[in-house]
Amino acid sequence: MDELLRINNLKTHFFTKKGVVPAVDGVSISVPQSSVIGVVGESGCGKSMTAMSIMQLVQKPGRIIDGSIELEGEDLLKYSGDNMRNIRGNKISMIFQEPMTALNPVYTVGRQVTEAIRIHHHDIDKEEAKKMALDIFNAVGIPEPDRRFNSYPHQLSGGLRQRVMIGMAMVCNPRLMIADEPTTALDVTIEAQILFLMKKLQEERGTSILLITHNLGVVAEICDYVYVMYAGKVMEQANTFELFKNTSHQYTEGLMKSIPKITAEKERLYNIKGVVPNLMKLPKGCRFCPRCEKAMPRCFMEEPPLYKVKTVVENAGEHYARCFLCESSEVMNDD
Amino acid sequence: MMTKQIGDTLIRTVDLVKEFEISGGDFFGRNKPRVHATSNVNIQINKGETYALVGESGCGKSTLGRLMLKLIEPTSGHVEFEGININELPSEEMREIRKKMQIIFQDPYASLNPRMNVYDIIAEPLVTHHVCKTKDETKERVKELMERVGIRPEFINRYPHQFSGGQRQRIGIARALALQPQLIICDEPVSALDVSIQSQILNLLHDLQEEFNLTYLFISHDLSVVRYISDRVCVMFLGKVCEIGNTEDIFGNPLHPYTKFLIDAVPKPDPFLRKENKQLLHGDIPSPVNPPTGCRFHTRCPYAKDICSEIEPEMKNVDNKQVACHLI
Amino acid sequence: MEDIKVTDNETVEQLRQDYENMQAEIADTDGIMDKIKAMIKNNKLATISLIVILIFCFCAIFAPVVAPHDPTLQDYDNVRAHPSRDHILGTDELGRDVFSRIIYGARISLVIGIVPTTISMVIGTILGLMAGFMGKKVDFVIMRLADIMLAFPSLLLAMVVMYTLGASLINIFIALSVVNWAGTARVVRSQTLALKEKEFVEAAESIGVKKSVIMLRHILPNCLPSLIVLFTMDIPGSILSESSLSFLGIGAQPPASSWGLMVVNGKQWLFSEPWVAIAPGVAILILVLAFNFLGDGLRDAIDPYMKE
Repeated sequence: MDELLRINNLKTHFFTKKGVVPAVDGVSISVPQSSVIGVVGESGCGKSMTAMSIMQLVQKPGRIIDGSIELEGEDLLKYSGDNMRNIRGNKISMIFQEPMTALNPVYTVGRQVTEAIRIHHHDIDKEEAKKMALDIFNAVGIPEPDRRFNSYPHQLSGGLRQRVMIGMAMVCNPRLMIADEPTTALDVTIEAQILFLMKKLQEERGTSILLITHNLGVVAEICDYVYVMYAGKVMEQANTFELFKNTSHQYTEGLMKSIPKITAEKERLYNIKGVVPNLMKLPKGCRFCPRCEKAMPRCFMEEPPLYKVKTVVENAGEHYARCFLCESSEVMNDD
Repeated sequence: MMTKQIGDTLIRTVDLVKEFEISGGDFFGRNKPRVHATSNVNIQINKGETYALVGESGCGKSTLGRLMLKLIEPTSGHVEFEGININELPSEEMREIRKKMQIIFQDPYASLNPRMNVYDIIAEPLVTHHVCKTKDETKERVKELMERVGIRPEFINRYPHQFSGGQRQRIGIARALALQPQLIICDEPVSALDVSIQSQILNLLHDLQEEFNLTYLFISHDLSVVRYISDRVCVMFLGKVCEIGNTEDIFGNPLHPYTKFLIDAVPKPDPFLRKENKQLLHGDIPSPVNPPTGCRFHTRCPYAKDICSEIEPEMKNVDNKQVACHLI
Repeated sequence: MEDIKVTDNETVEQLRQDYENMQAEIADTDGIMDKIKAMIKNNKLATISLIVILIFCFCAIFAPVVAPHDPTLQDYDNVRAHPSRDHILGTDELGRDVFSRIIYGARISLVIGIVPTTISMVIGTILGLMAGFMGKKVDFVIMRLADIMLAFPSLLLAMVVMYTLGASLINIFIALSVVNWAGTARVVRSQTLALKEKEFVEAAESIGVKKSVIMLRHILPNCLPSLIVLFTMDIPGSILSESSLSFLGIGAQPPASSWGLMVVNGKQWLFSEPWVAIAPGVAILILVLAFNFLGDGLRDAIDPYMKE
């Protein structure tokens, strides 16, 4: 598969008065054309900051200090100001957890969508833009698009708002859509609708989706390939099926065992001990070792690289895990 | 799984209705629109069981929890705790009953007073009800509680902001346990927490129940969690009860169409269970200000018939379960 | 083989413990005092303002020591003298040293800044808490009263009070307190309403804590940051009001030296001997600005509610 987006050794650090917070600390992610890539992790693992870094929306005191972000071979980090604005919304778009914060409450959703179109395509007149907006409203399954076109964001339900957001993100046919916890604020039945919609749009339009979530269920449901992040680093990466079948990192394993499953019989839940570490005081070795059941003295001394893991699922592509227990001859080279 | 001692009815609601007035209406403030938060809810919780209230936003599950604690007064109907109608109790006697029921909140950041330290927070119920005679005794008891919920007792003088979300939730649990209550209402106790912390809290709640023979009313929108922790489940939609039954029956053989869709909609953390043509529930949740006539679910129900939009379904006993649906 | 494993486990346990202890050490420092300390470190303007205010306070308290002359000593040989080494800011129409009079005047200005503001804060806080917490009729009565207060131009109201009661220090306190409580009451009420909905208040209710205790232990302490800010912001208002009242002749009475009074006396010679009027005017300006900057700084540092 062709590569659409390639993030190499990205480092986004926050320089606060109390110290440096390495929110993203050497992350490499690859997004192939027309695929759904999941980034999963708990709060503070750096998943949202990775997304913000791609959009170059990192707020002060944060700064991208190293690495490259290549979209179809062009390094986005070399772009600035106007050039980047042209990429945002046009080639890469983003949707957020709470659509209300991303929509302007004083304009109708129709106006906001048409403006989004006209920002990137100056040659399109208002009538045409409106037609495009109504088309996209139809495509994202908004009932009565004509009426909704003139609604204000607060008049819509959470699910409809998220549909509007997705419509706005898709209207310029971006190559990549970054979805940051798109369904976390929604009810279960609405969540299922939105996930289904995203998958459908991805298949129909060939847009790639970078899905950022804390929910392994969502990952299992629609992602092709998954990156598991912890404390600013990728801990494990694999094809979704491979990841669930051949879980190799202790953290991923702990996460999977600690979620209650609606399908399974009742049994005592597994606990990952301790708490998510403070990023300002990370352990010297493996970042997960203080909470890891199988930690060895070595884990406290040196940090493991991403080792290649032998896959068990066919055609699963490459599987890496940052754990000495998976030690093998092959190490991801750009780490 | 251990076997629990399930006893007689501890608390029950009788035709509980709660309507909130919201802004609007005419110039003189008449005919204000009303949110129908709960409508004629009859549930009963037995001693020692974990009773889960499940539903999506606006279904009235949190309101029901607060009604049962008498934090708000019902529009009509009443709540009986150990056979006593608590809505007619004078406030002094109600204070005695309050000792027996406590609440754990969803947001561990909002549920602890930021200006009180851990000692003050956990000791508040003890001080209010004069449980301990001396300050030293109170302190001992607080430390005991902290240890029990997994907070280091030496942190007794720290303030809430010095703890992580999971630790704060533990402090909230310690406060709820302080008076050795019979009933604890858990209002979405784990939905604001990270996955790895969530399981710690769920296990803690589970252990505490065994140790102190607690009864839980577990309010949640997360069906996986409900399946894990509860003995009986009550599914609500727009202020009405759809289906009540044992957890295994509800999840194994849901009867009400809404229950079926709800369970089906949960993303399963196993890619091998992906369904290509998952049946989705269409449309949005109707507004609780103008709930649909008849069965409140009929606007979204793919099996709805004419009768569903006209007549409200009665609760029926089917296969060990109570269901409110015309089609069953 | 077995032995090695045991020691390994012990090392790991030890290392894990070490790390946990290290983590436990890091506790955010977010108390009010810590925030003020952080403000002093980061906000230069507020820090300078704080120092200026402290200098004024010091001068006011130790006026007899700091002032080079007796502020009431009249020296008819030296009437409206230019600033010189002996009289840094010159002398006024009676030959009194302007600098010394400003230092003594700081006493009145600071007292008038602080005392009525404190009184109005206390009244406003109590009424605001009651209005917010009890709601319904109590709320309606208190808030309409506050609205009426706020509808009057405050200086006019203070003037009415002063005319009716006569000019004296105590009456200035009363006049300014009557004028200022309504603003505080509004802020406290709105915060009480917001705090009342918080889950920790609900938790206290579910425990069976009495309403009065909830008000004092849960709501009031959480209003404190805003009250501190409001306090610093209200003081300059009082100082200015006093100056205005003195300027109009119904504030401090001679021979007491209030800054407002000094400006009045000096205004006739504004063009020939400007220091007589401008020096006290600048003193008012500096003190008022200092309080305003400090208030701004405090608000940014400690008040979680007033920030947008």
